[in-house]
Amino acid sequence: MHDRLTLAGEFRKMLPEECVIFREEELIPYECDGLSAYRKVPLIVLLPYNAEQVEEILKFCHQREIPVVARGSGTGLSGGALPHEQGVLLSLARLNRILQIDRENMQARVQPGVRNLAVSEAAKPQGLYYAPDPSSQIACSIGGNVAENAGGVHCLKYGLTLHNVLQLTIITMDGERLTLGAGSLDAPGLDLLALFTGSEGMLGVVVEVLVKLLPIPERQQVVLAAFDDIETAGNAVAEIIAKGILPAGLEMMDNLSIRASEDFVHAGYPTDAAAILLCEVDGVDAEVSEEIWRVREILQQSGAIEVRTASDEQERIKFWAGRKNAFPAVGRISPDYYCMDGTIPRHQLGKVLKMIGEMSTRYGLRCANVFHAGDGNLHPLILYDANNPGELEQAEAFGGEILELCVAVGGTITGEHGVGLEKINQMCAQFKDEELETFHAVKKVFDPHTLLNPGKAIPTLNRCAEFGAMHVHAGKLRFPELERF
Amino acid sequence: MSNDRDCSESLCTAVLDAARDSRPLKLLGHGSKAFYGRESVGKPLSLTEHSGIISYAPTELVITARGGTPLEEIEQALSEKGQMLPFEPPHFAAKGTIGGAIASGLSGPRRPWGGSPRDLLLGVKLLDGRGQILRFGGQVMKNVAGYDLSRLMAGAMGTLGILLEVSIKVLPKPPQEHTLMLPAGDWSVTRPLLHKMLIEGIPVTASYSLGEEHKLRLACSQARLKQIQQDYGVESVEHQVDFWQALRDQQLDFFQQQGPLWRLSIPAAANIDLKEPILCEWTGGLRWLVSERPASEIRSMVEKTRGHAILFRNGDPAGEVFHPLQPRLAEMQKGLKQVFDPEGIFNPGRHYPDY
Repeated sequence: MHDRLTLAGEFRKMLPEECVIFREEELIPYECDGLSAYRKVPLIVLLPYNAEQVEEILKFCHQREIPVVARGSGTGLSGGALPHEQGVLLSLARLNRILQIDRENMQARVQPGVRNLAVSEAAKPQGLYYAPDPSSQIACSIGGNVAENAGGVHCLKYGLTLHNVLQLTIITMDGERLTLGAGSLDAPGLDLLALFTGSEGMLGVVVEVLVKLLPIPERQQVVLAAFDDIETAGNAVAEIIAKGILPAGLEMMDNLSIRASEDFVHAGYPTDAAAILLCEVDGVDAEVSEEIWRVREILQQSGAIEVRTASDEQERIKFWAGRKNAFPAVGRISPDYYCMDGTIPRHQLGKVLKMIGEMSTRYGLRCANVFHAGDGNLHPLILYDANNPGELEQAEAFGGEILELCVAVGGTITGEHGVGLEKINQMCAQFKDEELETFHAVKKVFDPHTLLNPGKAIPTLNRCAEFGAMHVHAGKLRFPELERF
Repeated sequence: MSNDRDCSESLCTAVLDAARDSRPLKLLGHGSKAFYGRESVGKPLSLTEHSGIISYAPTELVITARGGTPLEEIEQALSEKGQMLPFEPPHFAAKGTIGGAIASGLSGPRRPWGGSPRDLLLGVKLLDGRGQILRFGGQVMKNVAGYDLSRLMAGAMGTLGILLEVSIKVLPKPPQEHTLMLPAGDWSVTRPLLHKMLIEGIPVTASYSLGEEHKLRLACSQARLKQIQQDYGVESVEHQVDFWQALRDQQLDFFQQQGPLWRLSIPAAANIDLKEPILCEWTGGLRWLVSERPASEIRSMVEKTRGHAILFRNGDPAGEVFHPLQPRLAEMQKGLKQVFDPEGIFNPGRHYPDY
């Protein structure tokens, strides 16, 4: 047990006074990240100004065996930055400078606390932008994006964070500064850059990021298509891909999400449709016009009941506003909601949505679905009321069942939000013991005393044994009717 | 299909036998990249029998195949559906397998726009040094469950395990490609023009520069091509499919020179000023150099640009082929080797001398 006041005194010897937060009431704002159902008050919060201070903090914590949880903007949805009660919460928010926009090499060098959107804003005068655009992009930090391998609505064409980061400067738990990746397109040795991207703060602390920038497309245009059946919408997505079109964005929403969004932002969505698709195309003017024409044709032939092209930039933004605000919109129609993040092979969409519908009836909880249709990433939003005793637990059980279904049809429990603490039990459904053991062994290569973000992302085998005992009822696995992948 | 056979069991037995006696194995595909990397000693273990496409759903943009599947079989299957491997893997002089393409981590001319093997690798089924069959990643585009251990296999030169199966993201083939000649001249004049075209969103899919000659491959409609010619004062020639393939496979005269061939991976705008001719790809991000200069001189020159250098061909296979790592990174790499291959049986020394 570490004593809060004694430790605060020690940290104040190495950091300016305002960097050390230890009074109970000032610690409260840090007790959770974007997944507010889980809360813990950290022992201490540190807000260093630079990488040298991060080095010192980590060296000290390593020596004293104090757990460290790194935090960006705290927008994460899986509890990845949930504090450790006996540990330091290390906020990188003050490392927030854009160090260089390199037009010649189309790269930007930024500190981890820089907001995602700020990179594109800074690059705009050079005709460039940073492609990954998670929905939280006005608030989320690049460091957090790296930790989670964040996606967004444009990943089908432009990739995830992983595909847009060239180099990381990290600090190891024992305080050594290292560079992973390179200023060029590839780097020597094993691909530690890929390993660190999406590692949820378990392997090291990122203090600088070199990202790729892309030329801003001359024109973007979006088509909205309505369907009276969700499976027909799914087939239309497959048809677009089959015809060789790679849209910049391809999103689907079900009826409950459509209605919630329409009430909230008045995007002009058809509220009686079972599903809508938003298909965005970008590039030079003439080619966009040509491709939009092809997309419209495919959608009509695929059974859309209505196909609408945004009439101007304002309407295009409105169409997207509906989708990008789907989460808060659902928040308006329910006291609480719980957001899931499975990925499935796209052709399984019809089956998966049907089974989610059945679960919804069984649990007595409504569920709205938004879907990154292009890359198979499904976000079911389970509606519940935490004030009703037992409903949170019901929502969690419902969510767990959805994720296990995603695994059973050949997908994964998390496409872009990370495992964090939230999905740690479902990791047991996706990976077998030998695989989990390999993950733990990899962790030990970088953090032998498991001080970085302990207890997150990878479950212990004991935990899985207990979880398995809970879930294999009467010797039967869930979804026995499905082929296992 | 040429061959469709699951040999996981016999491969597993071979690995267990080797691990029991700590006897190294030399993993072999078609040998198309035998010249590449350091020399490894060990009992040869052929992986080509373990072959065949397991699943390919064009509308999912994913193909899953056994590691020994010939590249040409995969490319043929994709081509029939108007799709391609976006990293344009080099075949060099022989056939090449998909496992070898991933393990070597090498990409062709399309790399800056299409991605690299690690970018496109979605998942692997791995046979590790304990004889365990492990799955990492999957067959879906987005997957952040657990550490990304599948991508660690891309470019690992087979030192961490046998790639029993790989799942790869594929993309539609551009319906039309064209070859464009840029005005003859010095690289210092061409690079700014090239950069202007990139910033302005010209759909380049390959670039080649040697001496005064500069070519681009573009993917666009005929109408757009005309517009580009007008806008930039450049000239299009009949599309040179064979030329771009020869560039990819290093069949051009430049690559037939005697002497050590260096592969310099650097930021595209970096300045490398040498008297030897340099062949540029990736709009400057990849440069090839045939030079007898000491390795230390070349490596330190490239390090200054924030890049790295590989002694690609005609070097000492017992020497340092890949760019040396900073000591702590080398230690981490050895730590990872220990996790996957505790007995050190897979391709020892092929990647770095000490693991």
